[in-house]
Amino acid sequence: MMNILWISMIFLSILYGIISGNTLKIANSIFPAVKEAVTLTLSLLGMFCFWGGITAVCEAAGLTEKIARVLSPLLNLLFPHLKKEAKAKQAISMNLTANLLGIGNAATPLGLRAMQELKRCNPNGNTASNEMVLFVILNTAALRIIPTTAALLRAEFGASNPMDILLPGLLTSLCSCLGAVLLAKFAERCSHA
Amino acid sequence: MHNFGAYILLFFIGGILFYAAIKRVPVFDCFCKGAKESIAPAFALLPTLLALLFAVHLLSASGFLEKLGEWCAPLLSKIGIPKELLSLCILSPLSGSGSISMYTEVLKAYGPDSFLGRTASVIVASTETTFYAIAVYYGSVDINKTRHTVPCALCADVISFILAGKFVSLFFN
Repeated sequence: MMNILWISMIFLSILYGIISGNTLKIANSIFPAVKEAVTLTLSLLGMFCFWGGITAVCEAAGLTEKIARVLSPLLNLLFPHLKKEAKAKQAISMNLTANLLGIGNAATPLGLRAMQELKRCNPNGNTASNEMVLFVILNTAALRIIPTTAALLRAEFGASNPMDILLPGLLTSLCSCLGAVLLAKFAERCSHA
Repeated sequence: MHNFGAYILLFFIGGILFYAAIKRVPVFDCFCKGAKESIAPAFALLPTLLALLFAVHLLSASGFLEKLGEWCAPLLSKIGIPKELLSLCILSPLSGSGSISMYTEVLKAYGPDSFLGRTASVIVASTETTFYAIAVYYGSVDINKTRHTVPCALCADVISFILAGKFVSLFFN
């Protein structure tokens, strides 16, 4: 899927750029993109190491296990096949916690850790398992309680109460997550049939 | 209320570290060890990010993204998304920095307490950079058959776009 998407993005850009006379602009956009990838990786490197450190402390203190135990009923419902995979469930719980609290830069490193655990439980090689698909979709649908980024920017532009979008935001992301889970479970059924 | 996010973050980090210290975990050593183990996975993201940013930059520099917005406009307005927020919706699954700058434009033009400002805020709060997340998550474990991930994730985004305005008018009228 990503292969097709990627090549069609590039093909469409170049084709459309030539038609609309933006050739120079496209050519000039390549190297800034390369530079941005490196800057982004470096800033992610810092974030990854920071949250990696915090996670290690969490694990050593037994907090990871505690968080996983609290979220366990929800996880067993969403990922019934992971019941016996304690490590994968712990990693997923940490990622969900970061998401819920709106600590976006922690969610990605914690999420990748969970993906590694899910990969270990995946017998299908380079095909995504049902658990992986559901987990990635939960992350793209962004279930969060605290809308940190939006509130920060709203405060900057002088909102009377930057956090007043909390409830509509929460309801919206709840509904989209619920929709995503139902769709994914439905798609699972169809692919098994 | 302004610093709510800051409190959460400090409470979270401080809470973990103090709790661990009380439990007699060697916090400094432990932190450094965890950080060290994260160096390799962070660098391993570069190829995925490079590929994705390259394509997204091409797409926006060619003007195709704008055109796509124009084409999708009638369809998106039909499902109740205000036309002022269309470019935000088109960009948000593709580019994080792009959607934040679109969001800033909306706040600047209509004010954070307007219907459009609030709806845009809810959209930003309830969606993630879908393609970036998919590429990075699967890229990190060498999965290339993503099955129903992309369609489901995009549907979830569309649900957010549609509901954002509905919930905002429900709460602020």
